Amino acid sequence: MTSLPAQPTPKRLGLVIDLDTCVGCHACAVNCKEWNAGGYHAPLTDFDPYGAAPDGVWFNRIHSYEAGTGADARVVNFPKSCLHCDNAPCVTVCPTGASYKRGSDGIVLVEEDKCIGCKLCSWACPYGAREFDTDAGVMKKCTLCIDRIYNENLEEVDRVPACVATCPASARHFGDLGDPDSSVSRLVADRGGYDLMPEMECAPTNKYLPVRDKTTGAGATLPLEDASPEGGFLGWVDRLLSDASAV
Amino acid sequence: MHPAYSIIFFTTASGLGYGLLAVAAVFVGTGWLPPARELGAIIILVGVVLVTAGLLSSTFHLGHPERAWRAFTQFRSSWLSREGVAAVLAYVPVAGLAWGWVRLGEVTGVWLLAAWLTPVLAAVTVYCTGMIYASLKAIPRWHHPLVPWLYVALGLATGAVGFHLIVAMFGAANFRSAGVAVASLLAAAVLKIGYWRSIDTADPVATAETATGLGGFGSVRPLDPPHTAPNYLQKEMGYRVARKHARKLRNITLVTLFAIPLVGVSLSVFAGFFLGAALAVIAALSVGLGILIERWLFFAEAVHVVTLYYGEKAA
Repeated sequence: MTSLPAQPTPKRLGLVIDLDTCVGCHACAVNCKEWNAGGYHAPLTDFDPYGAAPDGVWFNRIHSYEAGTGADARVVNFPKSCLHCDNAPCVTVCPTGASYKRGSDGIVLVEEDKCIGCKLCSWACPYGAREFDTDAGVMKKCTLCIDRIYNENLEEVDRVPACVATCPASARHFGDLGDPDSSVSRLVADRGGYDLMPEMECAPTNKYLPVRDKTTGAGATLPLEDASPEGGFLGWVDRLLSDASAV
Repeated sequence: MHPAYSIIFFTTASGLGYGLLAVAAVFVGTGWLPPARELGAIIILVGVVLVTAGLLSSTFHLGHPERAWRAFTQFRSSWLSREGVAAVLAYVPVAGLAWGWVRLGEVTGVWLLAAWLTPVLAAVTVYCTGMIYASLKAIPRWHHPLVPWLYVALGLATGAVGFHLIVAMFGAANFRSAGVAVASLLAAAVLKIGYWRSIDTADPVATAETATGLGGFGSVRPLDPPHTAPNYLQKEMGYRVARKHARKLRNITLVTLFAIPLVGVSLSVFAGFFLGAALAVIAALSVGLGILIERWLFFAEAVHVVTLYYGEKAA
């Protein structure tokens, strides 16, 4: 049934994405594509991949935004993938039972063999998380890499989603957001992690960490060192060269 | 939203078909229309063909039409599934009505019950069709309490004009058939104009600032898109042509869907047989064109909140 499981699910696996450290390199999107092109939803069809208007199935999209104006304006890299919502509208609209949210860990999945390709779930999602594969005629989406995170053939350190494993800036964190003591939950609490578009009342599992304040972060600039005319070797060089230029 | 032609045909044809069957069933059930067999055969045939063609066309845009039977299973949560179940159930009273009217030539007893159940199940089915769209919070202009009632009212109005045309062809048009058409057209027009007023004055539900959570810095503008070419989301949800011409298209809708049919149907009862039938034909052709424009605009004009990530300011 495409009714949602009883809330909250015992585990709420998801991502915490740090907008302050994301460098916008698209490595997460590329590694996601690489892993999933051979994984649960394989293949992720591409059309005209080397042509003028390439198109295809991607589960991760990296936007970049300008926010504000003048001295306070920011450029923010903004990765977006499925948020695995508690109140997932994409699940309840599904007429066939192909879309479901797992009661065990809260991951939202599509069972391709049951999908009729009506696209209604992609209309229901406010975040654009779902991807219709026009070649396969079914809906596909981020699986939170279920074929990695539970994969006992991988080293334990590698049992994280492909996007998290590859991020060179550690801007993506994976864990159980249902456990208040997990590292991701503490990160959300410490940094003020927030929901995207809360008006939609989807209760997304994934959280976003805000961009840090300019003045308190490590990027605050110190003034350059003055050459001191009074002291030391540099002072002597400074005096000597200043005098020489005066001559 | 991208307006798929199969969906436009599905919602308009099935709405018209259910409206026609519902109005005819009421006229026979009340005895306003004597159960003449040829007339019954034509009306039920036209109604069933329209409904069935509409339902079948809704499967044309599916990625896997051969799995469409699965869509009857999730009626506990999905309005699309409920619509499918209601559509199948609605064939039962229509079959009963057809048996009594066409086969027996008298609509009494259990066949009378079927006649009265026909408008009920027709209305339930069309209401479910409207709720498929009204249940989507991510498309604020559809997530509106009037939307399912608009589907019901427009199905009834187009069906009533169709009914008036068919009885006019049989020389059986009267003030009742014209009156039902005029009243349902007026009701639908009031609802539609009210709906447009409401969505035009409604506050935005979400903005680019709330979508990204970056509003604390000021206004949010896209800098680099995620892809160099338009992706699935932009193609499916990012349709903008209709909004550019919305005002004109709404006026065309008002004239073709409501004004011309109202005048045509009203005058047809005062005219003789041939002129009356010609006016009923004009009214029906106009209502047919109008409902297609109305439905195309309903889809094409709607803004999906995902476009906030692609440059739309508010939705």
